[in-house]
Amino acid sequence: MSEIILKNVRKDYDNKSTVIENLNLTIASGSFTVLVGPSGCGKSTTLRMIAGLEDISSGELYIDGKKMNDIDPGDRDIAMVFQNYALYPTMTVKGNIEFGLINAKIPKEEREQLIEEIIDIVGLREYLDKKPSQLSGGQRQRVALARAMVKKPKVFLMDEPLSNLDAKLRNQMRSELIELHHKLNATFVYVTHDQVEALSMATDIVLMEKGKIRQHGSPHDIYTYPKNVFTAQFIGTPEMNIIERQKFEAIATLPEQIAYIGFRPSKVKMYEPTQDQKQKLVFTGTVLTKEMLGSEIIYRVQTNMGVVAVKMFSDINLNLDDEIKLSLSYSSIHCFDENKNRMDILRS
Amino acid sequence: MKIVKKTPRILITIILFLIFFFPFYWMFTTSVKTLGETVRIPPTMWPEIFQWENFKRAFEAIPFMQYLGNSVIVTLSVLILQMCTIVPAAYAFARYKFKGDKILFGLIMITMMIPAQLVFLPLFVMFSKLGWINTYQSLILPFASSAFGIFMLRQTFKQVPKELIEAAKLDKASEFKIIRKIMLPLARPTLTTLGLLTFINTWNDYFWPLVLTTKDTVRTLPVGIASLRNIESGVNFHVLMAGNVMLVIPILIAFLLAQKQIIKAFTYMGDK
Repeated sequence: MSEIILKNVRKDYDNKSTVIENLNLTIASGSFTVLVGPSGCGKSTTLRMIAGLEDISSGELYIDGKKMNDIDPGDRDIAMVFQNYALYPTMTVKGNIEFGLINAKIPKEEREQLIEEIIDIVGLREYLDKKPSQLSGGQRQRVALARAMVKKPKVFLMDEPLSNLDAKLRNQMRSELIELHHKLNATFVYVTHDQVEALSMATDIVLMEKGKIRQHGSPHDIYTYPKNVFTAQFIGTPEMNIIERQKFEAIATLPEQIAYIGFRPSKVKMYEPTQDQKQKLVFTGTVLTKEMLGSEIIYRVQTNMGVVAVKMFSDINLNLDDEIKLSLSYSSIHCFDENKNRMDILRS
Repeated sequence: MKIVKKTPRILITIILFLIFFFPFYWMFTTSVKTLGETVRIPPTMWPEIFQWENFKRAFEAIPFMQYLGNSVIVTLSVLILQMCTIVPAAYAFARYKFKGDKILFGLIMITMMIPAQLVFLPLFVMFSKLGWINTYQSLILPFASSAFGIFMLRQTFKQVPKELIEAAKLDKASEFKIIRKIMLPLARPTLTTLGLLTFINTWNDYFWPLVLTTKDTVRTLPVGIASLRNIESGVNFHVLMAGNVMLVIPILIAFLLAQKQIIKAFTYMGDK
């Protein structure tokens, strides 16, 4: 088992720009932790520091209780999968998988056995003697995974490993990774900018912005109880509607201190007079745009509090310029203070 | 229409081919002509009689095997030494940031712009003071590294994605192993091209061995072949050309073997 701890970690580049100022993060042993955030938020840098590919400017890094700051990447008992796969182009698939084992001076028989164990999991048996250039993107990705798995590391690090694949293959690889994590029982640290990937795969999400952790929690927590406006808007598609106090007061009054309110587009319903309306906020609007997604449709609706995104099942079919009456349960409204942090007062 | 469009290109190709091919053709045909035929006007394009013994004469007139042996020793030594100096230098310049790296690289680049003739005189004086006239080391050491080689290999190394090296580091590979197992195999086309250029330059070098050697024991083949001119009175073009044929054959063979790699080197974009 292998817990990863980053303590007061700072990262400067050439003493000029500071990417990460003071990062404190504990990645639970056996978790599938996804570091997610917009580009430039320091997620890849964090991963690369864990791998030892970037120096830590100050602070401490522990893997499995051992301080790793000055340990070579090869001696950290980790494996990494890169976005562009980083397969050795002049070696065969087998050569690629075997390279780390040879360097670790594992005897040939044992190597063969280890490759044998892994090769059917990734489904590459027929391709052992092929060069990476002869493989498709998905197959290359599998080679990269096999190369990582064969070393049986305590920690798998993955840097946007699916972003070079097409959408269909990406979905397939996603479920394969979840399965793999379940099977291997190792700690996975996964970097992506795609919040859907984060939500669907992670047991823990670490949401980062500008070198800081904005929220660390389970996908459910992060989606349901966003700690701040940034998290609320980053996670979930379409993003959460955030309304400033003055605009919201056009349709309802608000307790003091609340500076922003937010609600997910999927929580807005068509108004139905038969329902008990006491618990609901009712408002009207005009349909501005319509995006058909298949089972659901996203509308942008002009209301008194501004433009609001609304997601509905496609059995309700509205047209542009339709005047509609909508309802929103009070319990689905999130409140934020003027620093854009969550407040838990409006839950009734 | 297609043929009309392509005609100029084909014509230019043919003309270029003839320009490059003709001297070789003339050398080969002259090498088997009789003396009378070589000086006949108008010249004959195809030998009337194939006089193969020209080769034997060239071979016997000079200590051919001695010269050949010297050429092989000097060329191989230069090749090996160059690889030993170029590869680490190029890797360091491509992959490491260190104090003064840019200035150092600039200095190396500047040496490409200094004409060799300018350096020969001080070098000669230095070597003669060292007592190195008529030694192998005087023929080898001035060419032990190559600024052009460092430059070209550095560019090739720079094209290798850095993730490859990082992956290798995670795979517990030492720096030396990364060079040997990953960088060098990827740079094979460049290395072959560099090797061939060095081979041709060293093998054909005439001026430096001529200045630095006076004895047959260390003289190389080009100097030796040139001495064919002076051995019999008058100029025996046919024998001289026979000697030349024997001089260029190793180069032609090397070029044919390396041709594919050379083309790759100039079109090489890395395997992604």
